Amino acid sequence: MAESLVVYWRLAGANIRAQMQYRVSFVIDVTATFLISFLDFLAVLILFHNVPRLAGWSVHEVAFLYGTSAVAFALAELLVGHSEQLALRLRTGTFDVLLARPRGTLYQVAASDLPLRRLGRALQGAVVFVYALAGAHIDWTAGRIAMLVAMVPTGILLFASMWIVALCLLFWTVDGSEFSNAFTYGGQTMTQYPIDIYGQWLRRFLAYLVPTAFVCYFPALYILDKEDPLGLPRIVQFIAPFVALASAVVAGLLWRSAVRHYRGAGG
Amino acid sequence: MRLDWEIAKRGWGRYAAYPAAAWAGAFTNSVFGFMQAYVLIALFRHRTDVGGYDVGDAVTYVWLAQALLMTVYIFGWEELALRIRDGSIATDLSRPLNPQRYWLAFDLGRAPFHFIFRGIPPFLVGAFVFDLHYPTAPLAAAFVLSVFLAVVVSLGFRFLYNVAAFWIVDHRGVLRLSVTACLFFSGMTLPLTFFPTWLESLARILPFASIVQVPIDVYLGKHTGLDLVWVLAVQAAWAVALLTLGRIALSRGTQKLVVQGG
Repeated sequence: MAESLVVYWRLAGANIRAQMQYRVSFVIDVTATFLISFLDFLAVLILFHNVPRLAGWSVHEVAFLYGTSAVAFALAELLVGHSEQLALRLRTGTFDVLLARPRGTLYQVAASDLPLRRLGRALQGAVVFVYALAGAHIDWTAGRIAMLVAMVPTGILLFASMWIVALCLLFWTVDGSEFSNAFTYGGQTMTQYPIDIYGQWLRRFLAYLVPTAFVCYFPALYILDKEDPLGLPRIVQFIAPFVALASAVVAGLLWRSAVRHYRGAGG
Repeated sequence: MRLDWEIAKRGWGRYAAYPAAAWAGAFTNSVFGFMQAYVLIALFRHRTDVGGYDVGDAVTYVWLAQALLMTVYIFGWEELALRIRDGSIATDLSRPLNPQRYWLAFDLGRAPFHFIFRGIPPFLVGAFVFDLHYPTAPLAAAFVLSVFLAVVVSLGFRFLYNVAAFWIVDHRGVLRLSVTACLFFSGMTLPLTFFPTWLESLARILPFASIVQVPIDVYLGKHTGLDLVWVLAVQAAWAVALLTLGRIALSRGTQKLVVQGG
Protein backbone atom coordinates (compact mmCIF):
# COMPACT_ATOMS: atom_id res chain seq x y z
CA MET A 1 0.00 0.00 0.00
CA ALA A 2 2.68 2.47 1.09
CA GLU A 3 4.84 1.41 -1.80
CA SER A 4 1.98 1.94 -4.24
CA LEU A 5 1.61 5.47 -2.96
CA VAL A 6 5.31 6.09 -3.46
CA VAL A 7 5.11 4.81 -7.03
CA TYR A 8 2.01 6.91 -7.66
CA TRP A 9 3.78 9.96 -6.32
CA ARG A 10 6.75 9.33 -8.62
CA LEU A 11 4.53 8.90 -11.69
CA ALA A 12 2.46 11.97 -10.78
CA GLY A 13 5.64 13.95 -10.19
CA ALA A 14 6.98 13.05 -13.62
CA ASN A 15 3.65 14.00 -15.14
CA ILE A 16 3.59 17.35 -13.34
CA ARG A 17 7.17 18.12 -14.39
CA ALA A 18 6.16 17.41 -17.98
CA GLN A 19 3.26 19.87 -17.73
CA MET A 20 5.56 22.47 -16.20
CA GLN A 21 7.90 22.40 -19.18
CA TYR A 22 5.77 25.02 -20.86
CA ARG A 23 5.27 27.24 -17.84
CA VAL A 24 3.45 30.10 -19.59
CA SER A 25 1.17 27.74 -21.46
CA PHE A 26 0.35 26.02 -18.16
CA VAL A 27 -0.47 29.24 -16.33
CA ILE A 28 -2.67 30.40 -19.22
CA ASP A 29 -4.43 27.05 -19.26
CA VAL A 30 -5.26 27.08 -15.53
CA THR A 31 -6.33 30.72 -15.65
CA ALA A 32 -8.49 30.13 -18.73
CA THR A 33 -10.18 27.14 -17.09
CA PHE A 34 -10.78 29.23 -13.97
CA LEU A 35 -12.32 32.12 -15.93
CA ILE A 36 -14.26 30.01 -18.40
CA SER A 37 -16.00 28.12 -15.62
CA PHE A 38 -17.30 31.43 -14.28
CA LEU A 39 -19.50 31.80 -17.36
CA ASP A 40 -21.03 28.52 -16.23
CA PHE A 41 -21.87 30.00 -12.85
CA LEU A 42 -23.03 33.21 -14.47
CA ALA A 43 -25.86 31.15 -15.98
CA VAL A 44 -27.01 30.31 -12.43
CA LEU A 45 -26.89 33.98 -11.47
CA ILE A 46 -28.92 34.86 -14.57
CA LEU A 47 -31.61 32.36 -13.57
CA PHE A 48 -31.82 34.06 -10.19
CA HIS A 49 -31.97 37.43 -11.88
CA ASN A 50 -35.45 36.32 -12.96
CA VAL A 51 -36.68 34.75 -9.71
CA PRO A 52 -35.71 35.25 -6.05
CA ARG A 53 -35.93 31.53 -5.28
CA LEU A 54 -35.76 28.33 -7.28
CA ALA A 55 -37.95 25.63 -5.73
CA GLY A 56 -37.51 27.36 -2.38
CA TRP A 57 -33.72 27.66 -2.65
CA SER A 58 -31.97 31.04 -2.62
CA VAL A 59 -29.07 31.86 -4.90
CA HIS A 60 -26.59 31.35 -2.06
CA GLU A 61 -28.03 27.96 -1.24
CA VAL A 62 -27.81 26.86 -4.87
CA ALA A 63 -24.26 28.24 -4.90
CA PHE A 64 -23.54 25.99 -1.93
CA LEU A 65 -24.58 22.98 -4.02
CA TYR A 66 -22.71 24.27 -7.04
CA GLY A 67 -19.47 25.03 -5.19
CA THR A 68 -19.17 21.75 -3.29
CA SER A 69 -20.12 19.76 -6.37
CA ALA A 70 -17.65 21.62 -8.62
CA VAL A 71 -14.74 21.13 -6.21
CA ALA A 72 -15.46 17.42 -5.72
CA PHE A 73 -16.02 16.79 -9.42
CA ALA A 74 -12.90 18.64 -10.56
CA LEU A 75 -10.73 16.70 -8.11
CA ALA A 76 -12.29 13.36 -9.04
CA GLU A 77 -11.82 14.15 -12.73
CA LEU A 78 -8.22 15.15 -12.03
CA LEU A 79 -7.54 11.78 -10.41
CA VAL A 80 -9.44 9.28 -12.57
CA GLY A 81 -11.19 11.11 -15.43
CA HIS A 82 -8.79 9.88 -18.08
CA SER A 83 -11.42 8.55 -20.46
CA GLU A 84 -9.72 9.77 -23.62
CA GLN A 85 -6.44 8.03 -22.86
CA LEU A 86 -8.24 4.82 -21.91
CA ALA A 87 -10.39 4.94 -25.06
CA LEU A 88 -7.20 5.30 -27.11
CA ARG A 89 -5.56 2.34 -25.33
CA LEU A 90 -8.63 0.18 -25.91
CA ARG A 91 -8.89 1.12 -29.58
CA THR A 92 -5.22 0.57 -30.33
CA GLY A 93 -4.82 -2.46 -28.07
CA THR A 94 -2.06 -0.94 -25.92
CA PHE A 95 -4.12 -1.80 -22.84
CA ASP A 96 -2.19 -5.11 -23.01
CA VAL A 97 0.83 -3.32 -21.58
CA LEU A 98 -1.07 -2.50 -18.43
CA LEU A 99 -2.03 -6.14 -17.94
CA ALA A 100 1.61 -7.20 -18.07
CA ARG A 101 2.82 -4.83 -15.35
CA PRO A 102 2.93 -5.81 -11.67
CA ARG A 103 0.28 -3.30 -10.56
CA GLY A 104 -3.49 -3.15 -10.71
CA THR A 105 -4.90 -1.93 -14.02
CA LEU A 106 -7.18 0.66 -12.44
CA TYR A 107 -4.23 1.97 -10.45
CA GLN A 108 -2.21 2.34 -13.63
CA VAL A 109 -5.03 4.06 -15.48
CA ALA A 110 -5.41 6.52 -12.61
CA ALA A 111 -1.66 7.14 -12.48
CA SER A 112 -1.41 7.64 -16.25
CA ASP A 113 -2.28 11.32 -16.11
CA LEU A 114 -2.81 14.21 -13.70
CA PRO A 115 -4.06 17.17 -15.74
CA LEU A 116 -3.46 20.04 -13.31
CA ARG A 117 -5.46 22.38 -15.54
CA ARG A 118 -8.51 20.98 -13.76
CA LEU A 119 -7.36 22.67 -10.58
CA GLY A 120 -8.63 25.85 -12.24
CA ARG A 121 -12.13 24.40 -12.11
CA ALA A 122 -11.71 23.33 -8.48
CA LEU A 123 -10.53 26.82 -7.63
CA GLN A 124 -13.61 28.31 -9.27
CA GLY A 125 -15.79 25.94 -7.24
CA ALA A 126 -14.02 27.10 -4.08
CA VAL A 127 -14.69 30.75 -4.92
CA VAL A 128 -18.38 30.02 -5.54
CA PHE A 129 -18.42 28.14 -2.23
CA VAL A 130 -17.06 31.16 -0.36
CA TYR A 131 -19.76 33.26 -2.03
CA ALA A 132 -22.32 30.74 -0.78
CA LEU A 133 -21.03 30.83 2.80
CA ALA A 134 -21.02 34.62 2.76
CA GLY A 135 -24.71 34.80 1.88
CA ALA A 136 -26.37 31.67 3.24
CA HIS A 137 -27.44 31.84 6.85
CA ILE A 138 -26.00 28.74 8.39
CA ASP A 139 -26.47 27.92 12.03
CA TRP A 140 -23.06 26.35 12.64
CA THR A 141 -22.95 23.40 15.02
CA ALA A 142 -20.26 20.77 15.52
CA GLY A 143 -22.38 18.32 13.56
CA ARG A 144 -22.75 20.68 10.61
CA ILE A 145 -19.03 21.43 10.52
CA ALA A 146 -18.26 17.71 10.63
CA MET A 147 -20.70 17.15 7.76
CA LEU A 148 -19.08 19.91 5.73
CA VAL A 149 -15.63 18.42 6.27
CA ALA A 150 -16.92 15.00 5.25
CA MET A 151 -18.67 16.35 2.14
CA VAL A 152 -15.64 16.92 -0.03
CA PRO A 153 -13.95 13.50 0.33
CA THR A 154 -17.39 11.89 0.06
CA GLY A 155 -18.12 13.84 -3.10
CA ILE A 156 -14.74 12.97 -4.60
CA LEU A 157 -15.27 9.28 -3.86
CA LEU A 158 -18.78 9.32 -5.35
CA PHE A 159 -17.75 11.18 -8.49
CA ALA A 160 -14.63 9.02 -8.85
CA SER A 161 -16.83 5.92 -8.67
CA MET A 162 -19.07 7.38 -11.36
CA TRP A 163 -16.04 8.10 -13.49
CA ILE A 164 -14.79 4.54 -13.08
CA VAL A 165 -18.19 3.18 -14.13
CA ALA A 166 -18.01 5.51 -17.15
CA LEU A 167 -14.53 4.17 -17.94
CA CYS A 168 -15.89 0.61 -17.70
CA LEU A 169 -18.52 1.45 -20.33
CA LEU A 170 -15.67 2.19 -22.73
CA PHE A 171 -14.69 -1.50 -22.69
CA TRP A 172 -18.01 -2.33 -24.31
CA THR A 173 -18.66 0.71 -26.45
CA VAL A 174 -15.01 1.45 -27.40
CA ASP A 175 -15.79 4.84 -28.89
CA GLY A 176 -18.72 5.65 -26.67
CA SER A 177 -17.17 8.44 -24.64
CA GLU A 178 -20.21 10.55 -25.50
CA PHE A 179 -22.41 7.93 -23.91
CA SER A 180 -20.43 8.01 -20.69
CA ASN A 181 -20.52 11.83 -20.72
CA ALA A 182 -24.20 11.53 -19.85
CA PHE A 183 -23.25 9.85 -16.56
CA THR A 184 -20.19 11.91 -15.64
CA TYR A 185 -20.80 15.46 -16.83
CA GLY A 186 -24.54 14.83 -16.76
CA GLY A 187 -24.33 13.58 -13.19
CA GLN A 188 -22.34 16.60 -12.16
CA THR A 189 -24.73 19.06 -13.78
CA MET A 190 -27.60 17.44 -11.91
CA THR A 191 -25.95 17.99 -8.53
CA GLN A 192 -25.86 21.75 -9.08
CA TYR A 193 -29.56 22.21 -8.45
CA PRO A 194 -31.85 20.90 -5.70
CA ILE A 195 -33.04 17.52 -6.95
CA ASP A 196 -36.70 18.14 -6.18
CA ILE A 197 -36.90 20.31 -9.30
CA TYR A 198 -36.42 17.21 -11.45
CA GLY A 199 -39.32 15.01 -12.49
CA GLN A 200 -40.09 12.09 -10.23
CA TRP A 201 -38.54 9.34 -12.34
CA LEU A 202 -35.34 11.33 -12.89
CA ARG A 203 -35.20 12.02 -9.16
CA ARG A 204 -35.51 8.34 -8.28
CA PHE A 205 -32.90 7.48 -10.87
CA LEU A 206 -30.60 10.07 -9.26
CA ALA A 207 -31.19 9.21 -5.65
CA TYR A 208 -31.10 5.46 -5.94
CA LEU A 209 -29.33 4.34 -9.10
CA VAL A 210 -26.69 6.96 -9.86
CA PRO A 211 -26.21 8.33 -6.34
CA THR A 212 -25.46 11.94 -7.29
CA ALA A 213 -28.00 13.27 -4.81
CA PHE A 214 -25.67 12.16 -2.01
CA VAL A 215 -22.80 14.30 -3.29
CA CYS A 216 -24.24 17.52 -1.97
CA TYR A 217 -28.04 17.60 -1.97
CA PHE A 218 -28.74 15.39 1.07
CA PRO A 219 -25.81 16.70 3.14
CA ALA A 220 -26.81 20.27 2.18
CA LEU A 221 -30.35 19.70 3.49
CA TYR A 222 -28.79 19.08 6.90
CA ILE A 223 -26.19 21.86 6.80
CA LEU A 224 -28.60 24.50 5.48
CA ASP A 225 -31.37 23.17 7.72
CA LYS A 226 -33.88 22.75 4.92
CA GLU A 227 -37.11 20.83 4.89
CA ASP A 228 -36.85 17.73 2.71
CA PRO A 229 -39.63 18.16 0.14
CA LEU A 230 -39.44 14.47 -0.68
CA GLY A 231 -40.12 13.55 2.94
CA LEU A 232 -37.40 10.90 3.04
CA PRO A 233 -36.27 9.63 6.46
CA ARG A 234 -33.78 11.97 8.08
CA ILE A 235 -31.10 9.30 8.19
CA VAL A 236 -30.71 9.74 4.41
CA GLN A 237 -28.98 13.06 5.09
CA PHE A 238 -26.20 11.34 7.02
CA ILE A 239 -25.40 8.19 5.09
CA ALA A 240 -23.59 9.82 2.16
CA PRO A 241 -20.12 8.55 3.23
CA PHE A 242 -21.43 4.98 3.36
CA VAL A 243 -23.14 5.35 -0.01
CA ALA A 244 -19.81 6.60 -1.35
CA LEU A 245 -17.97 3.57 0.00
CA ALA A 246 -20.59 1.23 -1.44
CA SER A 247 -20.36 2.98 -4.83
CA ALA A 248 -16.60 2.58 -4.79
CA VAL A 249 -16.97 -1.16 -4.16
CA VAL A 250 -19.50 -1.49 -6.99
CA ALA A 251 -17.26 0.51 -9.32
CA GLY A 252 -14.26 -1.67 -8.41
CA LEU A 253 -16.17 -4.89 -9.08
CA LEU A 254 -17.48 -3.54 -12.37
CA TRP A 255 -13.93 -2.60 -13.38
CA ARG A 256 -12.81 -6.19 -12.76
CA SER A 257 -15.48 -7.62 -15.00
CA ALA A 258 -14.79 -4.94 -17.63
CA VAL A 259 -11.10 -5.86 -17.73
CA ARG A 260 -12.02 -9.53 -18.01
CA HIS A 261 -14.14 -8.57 -21.00
CA TYR A 262 -11.13 -6.97 -22.70
CA ARG A 263 -9.98 -8.94 -25.72
CA GLY A 264 -7.03 -6.95 -27.02
CA ALA A 265 -6.62 -5.84 -30.59
CA GLY A 266 -4.15 -8.54 -31.67
CA GLY A 267 -0.66 -7.95 -32.88
CA MET B 1 -21.60 23.18 -57.91
CA ARG B 2 -21.12 19.55 -58.85
CA LEU B 3 -17.84 19.61 -56.93
CA ASP B 4 -19.48 21.14 -53.84
CA TRP B 5 -22.13 18.45 -53.97
CA GLU B 6 -19.51 15.70 -54.06
CA ILE B 7 -17.65 17.24 -51.11
CA ALA B 8 -20.91 17.61 -49.19
CA LYS B 9 -21.64 13.92 -49.71
CA ARG B 10 -18.29 13.15 -48.09
CA GLY B 11 -19.18 15.40 -45.16
CA TRP B 12 -22.35 13.37 -44.65
CA GLY B 13 -20.53 10.08 -45.16
CA ARG B 14 -17.81 10.82 -42.61
CA TYR B 15 -20.34 11.01 -39.77
CA ALA B 16 -22.79 8.48 -41.16
CA ALA B 17 -19.99 5.90 -40.86
CA TYR B 18 -20.40 5.79 -37.06
CA PRO B 19 -24.09 5.19 -36.36
CA ALA B 20 -23.39 3.92 -32.81
CA ALA B 21 -21.63 7.18 -31.94
CA ALA B 22 -24.67 9.08 -33.22
CA TRP B 23 -27.05 7.09 -31.00
CA ALA B 24 -24.80 7.47 -27.97
CA GLY B 25 -24.67 11.20 -28.59
CA ALA B 26 -28.43 11.45 -29.01
CA PHE B 27 -28.82 9.70 -25.65
CA THR B 28 -26.51 12.21 -23.98
CA ASN B 29 -28.36 15.13 -25.62
CA SER B 30 -31.61 13.75 -24.21
CA VAL B 31 -30.23 13.47 -20.66
CA PHE B 32 -29.07 17.08 -20.76
CA GLY B 33 -32.38 18.12 -22.33
CA PHE B 34 -34.28 16.66 -19.38
CA MET B 35 -32.11 18.42 -16.83
CA GLN B 36 -32.34 21.82 -18.47
CA ALA B 37 -36.05 21.47 -19.09
CA TYR B 38 -36.68 20.78 -15.40
CA VAL B 39 -34.48 23.70 -14.32
CA LEU B 40 -36.48 26.09 -16.51
CA ILE B 41 -39.80 24.59 -15.42
CA ALA B 42 -38.75 25.33 -11.81
CA LEU B 43 -38.18 28.92 -12.86
CA PHE B 44 -41.76 29.10 -14.15
CA ARG B 45 -43.18 27.87 -10.83
CA HIS B 46 -42.94 31.46 -9.71
CA ARG B 47 -43.75 33.27 -12.94
CA THR B 48 -45.86 32.73 -16.00
CA ASP B 49 -43.74 34.82 -18.33
CA VAL B 50 -39.99 35.38 -18.52
CA GLY B 51 -38.72 37.67 -21.25
CA GLY B 52 -41.76 36.97 -23.42
CA TYR B 53 -41.52 33.18 -23.02
CA ASP B 54 -44.16 31.02 -21.41
CA VAL B 55 -43.24 27.65 -19.95
CA GLY B 56 -44.07 25.85 -23.23
CA ASP B 57 -41.76 28.18 -25.15
CA ALA B 58 -38.96 27.61 -22.65
CA VAL B 59 -39.21 23.82 -22.70
CA THR B 60 -39.44 23.79 -26.49
CA TYR B 61 -36.37 26.04 -26.49
CA VAL B 62 -34.38 23.53 -24.46
CA TRP B 63 -35.11 20.62 -26.79
CA LEU B 64 -34.48 22.66 -29.92
CA ALA B 65 -31.18 23.82 -28.46
CA GLN B 66 -30.18 20.19 -27.87
CA ALA B 67 -31.22 19.44 -31.45
CA LEU B 68 -29.07 22.29 -32.76
CA LEU B 69 -26.06 21.52 -30.58
CA MET B 70 -24.43 19.15 -33.06
CA THR B 71 -26.12 20.59 -36.15
CA VAL B 72 -24.19 23.86 -35.71
CA TYR B 73 -21.23 21.92 -34.27
CA ILE B 74 -20.94 24.28 -31.34
CA PHE B 75 -18.53 22.20 -29.25
CA GLY B 76 -15.57 23.12 -31.32
CA TRP B 77 -13.95 22.07 -34.53
CA GLU B 78 -10.19 22.01 -34.96
CA GLU B 79 -9.58 20.00 -38.13
CA LEU B 80 -8.31 22.97 -40.08
CA ALA B 81 -6.14 24.17 -37.18
CA LEU B 82 -4.54 20.73 -36.96
CA ARG B 83 -3.85 20.76 -40.71
CA ILE B 84 -2.23 24.17 -40.35
CA ARG B 85 -0.09 22.97 -37.45
CA ASP B 86 1.18 19.81 -39.12
CA GLY B 87 1.64 21.47 -42.49
CA SER B 88 -0.97 19.50 -44.46
CA ILE B 89 -2.52 22.87 -45.26
CA ALA B 90 0.22 23.20 -47.92
CA THR B 91 -1.38 20.32 -49.83
CA ASP B 92 -4.82 21.90 -49.49
CA LEU B 93 -3.53 25.20 -50.82
CA SER B 94 -2.03 23.57 -53.88
CA ARG B 95 -5.45 22.34 -54.94
CA PRO B 96 -7.47 24.45 -57.38
CA LEU B 97 -10.12 25.02 -54.73
CA ASN B 98 -10.17 27.47 -51.84
CA PRO B 99 -10.00 25.58 -48.52
CA GLN B 100 -12.85 27.69 -47.20
CA ARG B 101 -15.13 26.60 -50.01
CA TYR B 102 -14.10 23.00 -49.36
CA TRP B 103 -14.90 23.15 -45.64
CA LEU B 104 -18.16 25.03 -46.22
CA ALA B 105 -19.36 22.36 -48.64
CA PHE B 106 -18.15 19.62 -46.29
CA ASP B 107 -19.95 21.21 -43.35
CA LEU B 108 -23.18 21.63 -45.31
CA GLY B 109 -23.05 17.89 -45.94
CA ARG B 110 -22.33 17.13 -42.28
CA ALA B 111 -25.04 19.40 -40.84
CA PRO B 112 -28.09 17.59 -42.31
CA PHE B 113 -26.75 14.30 -40.97
CA HIS B 114 -26.43 15.73 -37.49
CA PHE B 115 -29.79 17.50 -37.76
CA ILE B 116 -31.57 14.27 -38.63
CA PHE B 117 -29.71 11.78 -36.44
CA ARG B 118 -28.51 13.90 -33.52
CA GLY B 119 -31.26 16.53 -33.55
CA ILE B 120 -34.55 14.82 -34.26
CA PRO B 121 -34.23 11.81 -31.86
CA PRO B 122 -33.72 13.87 -28.68
CA PHE B 123 -36.43 16.28 -29.83
CA LEU B 124 -38.85 13.36 -30.17
CA VAL B 125 -37.91 12.21 -26.67
CA GLY B 126 -38.68 15.69 -25.40
CA ALA B 127 -41.95 15.82 -27.34
CA PHE B 128 -42.96 12.51 -25.80
CA VAL B 129 -42.53 13.71 -22.20
CA PHE B 130 -43.26 17.45 -22.31
CA ASP B 131 -45.88 19.70 -23.94
CA LEU B 132 -43.91 21.35 -26.71
CA HIS B 133 -44.95 24.01 -29.18
CA TYR B 134 -45.14 23.05 -32.86
CA PRO B 135 -44.82 25.50 -35.74
CA THR B 136 -47.14 26.08 -38.68
CA ALA B 137 -45.88 24.86 -42.06
CA PRO B 138 -44.59 28.27 -43.22
CA LEU B 139 -42.80 28.77 -39.88
CA ALA B 140 -41.25 25.32 -40.16
CA ALA B 141 -39.93 26.27 -43.59
CA ALA B 142 -38.54 29.54 -42.22
CA PHE B 143 -36.95 27.55 -39.38
CA VAL B 144 -35.16 25.23 -41.80
CA LEU B 145 -33.84 28.24 -43.72
CA SER B 146 -32.74 29.87 -40.48
CA VAL B 147 -30.94 26.68 -39.35
CA PHE B 148 -29.16 26.56 -42.71
CA LEU B 149 -27.97 30.15 -42.20
CA ALA B 150 -26.98 29.29 -38.61
CA VAL B 151 -24.75 26.50 -39.88
CA VAL B 152 -23.04 28.88 -42.31
CA VAL B 153 -22.53 31.54 -39.60
CA SER B 154 -21.16 28.86 -37.29
CA LEU B 155 -18.78 27.56 -39.96
CA GLY B 156 -17.67 31.13 -40.68
CA PHE B 157 -16.83 31.60 -37.00
CA ARG B 158 -15.17 28.18 -36.60
CA PHE B 159 -13.08 28.84 -39.69
CA LEU B 160 -11.81 32.07 -38.13
CA TYR B 161 -10.60 30.56 -34.86
CA ASN B 162 -8.99 27.72 -36.79
CA VAL B 163 -7.12 30.07 -39.08
CA ALA B 164 -5.67 31.64 -35.91
CA ALA B 165 -3.37 28.60 -35.88
CA PHE B 166 -1.27 30.36 -38.55
CA TRP B 167 -0.18 32.82 -35.87
CA ILE B 168 -0.47 30.81 -32.64
CA VAL B 169 1.49 27.61 -31.99
CA ASP B 170 -0.96 26.15 -29.49
CA HIS B 171 -4.41 26.87 -30.87
CA ARG B 172 -6.26 25.05 -28.07
CA GLY B 173 -6.48 28.09 -25.81
CA VAL B 174 -8.15 30.12 -28.56
CA LEU B 175 -10.38 27.16 -29.35
CA ARG B 176 -11.59 26.80 -25.76
CA LEU B 177 -12.16 30.50 -25.36
CA SER B 178 -14.09 30.72 -28.66
CA VAL B 179 -16.24 27.71 -27.85
CA THR B 180 -17.08 29.09 -24.39
CA ALA B 181 -18.00 32.51 -25.73
CA CYS B 182 -20.14 30.90 -28.42
CA LEU B 183 -21.93 28.57 -25.97
CA PHE B 184 -22.80 31.44 -23.70
CA PHE B 185 -23.65 34.23 -26.13
CA SER B 186 -25.47 32.08 -28.68
CA GLY B 187 -28.18 31.18 -26.18
CA MET B 188 -27.09 27.55 -25.89
CA THR B 189 -26.53 27.74 -22.12
CA LEU B 190 -29.67 29.78 -21.44
CA PRO B 191 -32.11 31.64 -23.70
CA LEU B 192 -30.84 35.19 -24.24
CA THR B 193 -34.31 36.44 -23.34
CA PHE B 194 -33.59 35.44 -19.72
CA PHE B 195 -30.49 37.65 -19.56
CA PRO B 196 -30.53 41.06 -17.86
CA THR B 197 -31.36 43.69 -20.48
CA TRP B 198 -27.84 45.09 -20.88
CA LEU B 199 -26.33 41.62 -21.30
CA GLU B 200 -29.04 40.61 -23.74
CA SER B 201 -28.41 43.75 -25.82
CA LEU B 202 -24.72 42.89 -25.90
CA ALA B 203 -25.44 39.31 -26.93
CA ARG B 204 -27.87 40.46 -29.64
CA ILE B 205 -25.27 42.53 -31.45
CA LEU B 206 -22.77 39.65 -31.55
CA PRO B 207 -22.87 37.07 -34.35
CA PHE B 208 -23.45 34.18 -31.90
CA ALA B 209 -27.16 34.91 -31.47
CA SER B 210 -27.60 33.94 -35.13
CA ILE B 211 -26.36 30.43 -34.32
CA VAL B 212 -28.91 29.30 -31.72
CA GLN B 213 -31.25 32.00 -30.41
CA VAL B 214 -32.48 33.30 -33.78
CA PRO B 215 -33.41 29.93 -35.37
CA ILE B 216 -35.27 28.91 -32.20
CA ASP B 217 -37.14 32.22 -32.03
CA VAL B 218 -38.10 31.73 -35.66
CA TYR B 219 -39.47 28.28 -34.79
CA LEU B 220 -41.39 29.69 -31.81
CA GLY B 221 -42.97 32.33 -34.02
CA LYS B 222 -41.38 35.25 -32.17
CA HIS B 223 -40.63 36.93 -35.48
CA THR B 224 -43.37 37.45 -38.04
CA GLY B 225 -43.82 39.40 -41.25
CA LEU B 226 -41.12 41.94 -41.98
CA ASP B 227 -39.43 41.20 -38.66
CA LEU B 228 -38.89 37.63 -39.81
CA VAL B 229 -37.36 38.81 -43.08
CA TRP B 230 -35.13 41.16 -41.07
CA VAL B 231 -33.69 38.50 -38.71
CA LEU B 232 -33.03 36.15 -41.62
CA ALA B 233 -31.27 39.00 -43.42
CA VAL B 234 -29.15 39.67 -40.33
CA GLN B 235 -28.17 36.00 -40.22
CA ALA B 236 -27.25 36.10 -43.90
CA ALA B 237 -25.24 39.29 -43.35
CA TRP B 238 -23.26 37.65 -40.52
CA ALA B 239 -22.65 34.61 -42.70
CA VAL B 240 -21.22 36.76 -45.49
CA ALA B 241 -19.22 38.94 -43.10
CA LEU B 242 -17.60 36.04 -41.24
CA LEU B 243 -16.84 34.12 -44.43
CA THR B 244 -15.24 37.23 -45.93
CA LEU B 245 -13.15 37.80 -42.80
CA GLY B 246 -12.14 34.16 -42.87
CA ARG B 247 -11.06 34.40 -46.48
CA ILE B 248 -8.95 37.50 -45.78
CA ALA B 249 -7.38 35.86 -42.72
CA LEU B 250 -6.61 32.73 -44.72
CA SER B 251 -4.82 34.63 -47.48
CA ARG B 252 -2.87 36.67 -44.88
CA GLY B 253 -1.90 33.46 -43.11
CA THR B 254 -0.91 31.79 -46.35
CA GLN B 255 1.50 34.60 -47.13
CA LYS B 256 3.47 33.98 -43.97
CA LEU B 257 3.21 30.20 -44.08
CA VAL B 258 6.45 28.25 -43.90
CA VAL B 259 6.26 24.48 -44.08
CA GLN B 260 9.24 22.41 -42.99
CA GLY B 261 10.54 19.36 -44.75
CA GLY B 262 9.36 17.72 -47.91
